Amino acid sequence: MKIHIPTPLRAFTDKQETVSVEGATVNEGLAALVATYPAMQANLYTPEGKLRSFVNVYLNEDDVRYLPGKEDSPVKADDELTIIPSIAGGACCLAGCCCR
Amino acid sequence: MGRLVVSPEVHAAIRQHGEQTYPNECCGIMLGKNIGEDLEVWMLIKAGNTRTDSAHNRYHIAPQELIGAQREGRKSGLDILGFYHSHPDHPAMWSKTDFAEAHWFGCAYVITATDGDKITGRATITKSFLLTGTSEDDKAFVEQEISIEPD
Repeated sequence: MKIHIPTPLRAFTDKQETVSVEGATVNEGLAALVATYPAMQANLYTPEGKLRSFVNVYLNEDDVRYLPGKEDSPVKADDELTIIPSIAGGACCLAGCCCR
Repeated sequence: MGRLVVSPEVHAAIRQHGEQTYPNECCGIMLGKNIGEDLEVWMLIKAGNTRTDSAHNRYHIAPQELIGAQREGRKSGLDILGFYHSHPDHPAMWSKTDFAEAHWFGCAYVITATDGDKITGRATITKSFLLTGTSEDDKAFVEQEISIEPD
């Protein structure tokens, strides 16, 4: 499968924007990615080994969190995984913010 | 410290987006190229703000829009260089929420203050903050120069 790497994590994949790995499930693919590029571990996973909450992983068009098998979902050789950190924020809670 | 380099049109489009969505926050994605230490923006993709529950002081870009932008980048030979959003009736300064939710190291987070009367607003100050560091433990926002240069 191919794994698409977002801009901020390419520093850990020798600047590769797409990495090809072997694996029968999403988890196996991510494990293969980390085995090749160990510095990815801390950016993708918590110390307890869970995917970080702000790391979105998509299997083709689907958010892995909402697939029945979640990270154990099966993957075919021509499938694509996309790792995409979340983007969020806002003026809350600057001084004077209404939430204060 | 690298600069954020934008054309007058891109700079205006970022600010106009904030005025269009006022009193809510706008948000969008910046695509372009790293030229030396500079981040040179070539293309903007306006995004929807999914935080409809609190759009006046929060924003969130749907991951599907980010994936679409990343695909567009691959097609055009561009990278996601950063993101922009507005702060309606608040300063062009990153908030604790902005910092906590910032995970794109090496990317620019542009903030435009929009001031108004809760009905219409005007863009005032626009600033860019580079997310430095390589992990959640050492990340920091550092203000960077926005250089407005014709194409």
